[in-house]
Amino acid sequence: MAVTRNSDAVTPVRSSGAFSVWLTRHASTSVGALGRLSRQPFASLMIILVIGVTLALPAAINVIVKNVQSVSSSWNNALDFSVYLKQSVSVAEAENLSQLIRQRADIESVELITAEQALAEFKQQSGFGAALDQLGENPLPHALVVRPGPGNTGASLTLLQEEIGNLPETELVQVDTEWVQRFHAILDIVRQAIAIGSALLGMAIVVIIGNTIRLDIENRREEIEVTKLIGADNAFVRRPFLWTGFWYGLLGGSFALLLVQYGLYLLKEPVARLAGLYQGNISVATLGAAESAAILGIAVFLGLLASWITAARHMRRIEPR
Amino acid sequence: MIQLDNVTKRFPGGQEALSGLSLSVDKGEMVFVTGHSGAGKSTLLRLIALIERPTSGEVIVDNQNTRRVKRRKIPAYRRQIGMVFQDHKLLYDRPVFDNVALPLIIAGVSHRDAGRRVRAALDQVSLLHKEKQSPQTLSAGEQQRVGIARAIVTRPKVLIADEPTGNLDPDLSLEVMRIFRRFNEVGVTLMIASHDIALIDRLGCRRIALEGGQLQQEVDPWQ
Repeated sequence: MAVTRNSDAVTPVRSSGAFSVWLTRHASTSVGALGRLSRQPFASLMIILVIGVTLALPAAINVIVKNVQSVSSSWNNALDFSVYLKQSVSVAEAENLSQLIRQRADIESVELITAEQALAEFKQQSGFGAALDQLGENPLPHALVVRPGPGNTGASLTLLQEEIGNLPETELVQVDTEWVQRFHAILDIVRQAIAIGSALLGMAIVVIIGNTIRLDIENRREEIEVTKLIGADNAFVRRPFLWTGFWYGLLGGSFALLLVQYGLYLLKEPVARLAGLYQGNISVATLGAAESAAILGIAVFLGLLASWITAARHMRRIEPR
Repeated sequence: MIQLDNVTKRFPGGQEALSGLSLSVDKGEMVFVTGHSGAGKSTLLRLIALIERPTSGEVIVDNQNTRRVKRRKIPAYRRQIGMVFQDHKLLYDRPVFDNVALPLIIAGVSHRDAGRRVRAALDQVSLLHKEKQSPQTLSAGEQQRVGIARAIVTRPKVLIADEPTGNLDPDLSLEVMRIFRRFNEVGVTLMIASHDIALIDRLGCRRIALEGGQLQQEVDPWQ
């Protein structure tokens, strides 16, 4: 057994094919980190469950809000308002006015209901036909049913209604759909609340993952010391922990997706039954590809962030003694 | 290769581990550092490995003044030095092969090259047939040889060893020293802390004796 020294004996170790070395090193570190998680299946599973539930909560509420929104947007015609014209306005003038309003950019459509049409409809629907026949003249005014364009916000609607109310021909503008606007305002608040809640839950996830990785670092303290002793830098000893954070995020995020999709699946039937009762065609919107990717992306980001912060804090303190 | 100029190391308690120590080790030399525990042997090696920094004085290794090695550059500096420890400092959660490969992986050597070098290093300590075993299943002497293989796998110019035979019986100690001797024969500079003077005298190497953090005597069999 002779000691042989090749020609490259005195040259320091140099990395060859830097990128492929970097790549294989990351690949093996990531697999190693995954293997480490699988060797403590119960503990890892608990963390993944916690992350999954924590992420599923805001994601599920988000989907529900989205669904409610899509239902409520089909109520857009409920933004219609009625304009009752003065008795003195003739049919021709009413026709003109409706033409004029229709030309506005923020109006989708205007329907003229003449006094005669209104009376006929009223007679038919109210059942007071005979009584109404007793009246000498038609007490009803001409009316316009105005449907604002989809670009209108709450404020511009109010302005539009005021403007039309100030026209000389107008007797009264009746908005009986204020509740829709209120409902939208409530949805806005709910969405804000979700954003705040999501941020808090995100912080909770960072703390959970960070704490787990801190324990992991403590457990492997000796290994870190030895590795540093033989020349590993902080980046090297940090790498497996970053991958651990990555896997926690990815697996937790995947579990959250499963939870949300399963929850929506459970809701499908009752919603369909409800929709049947209302003769509507409401269907539950599930998570799209982009939304699923976003949830996974956020989960992975939080995992990496948590492990980065923790590893950076603790790695510097662990030096060989 | 290794040079210390008037080096003092004082610990926060005020106790001095080294007091104004100066010494020099030539390139390709094999030198033993002896002395009682507390004489400053370990501190000397720790200064060379940059685990500690001197309170005053200069430590120069391979023309690098350790004072000028910034904290961030310490890992790169350590990669140039092979280190062997009394307690081996192996990682018991992975096989022998992975333990020896660790310095190469840290240095970013490709997988194929690493495999070749690890086997060469294990061959030099006669443990090639145990590469797949866990260090726990090996005897103390074998574990120390794994530690040596790990220290030389990057082919460092300087190798320092702190009581490498401290836990070994005389036969195994001699075997370990013979391995060191072979490295020395191909040009590696070695500094070995030991208290086994009988063994050292058999090897016929220069001996630096420390006492209370100071140079007590130097024994050079060639002069």
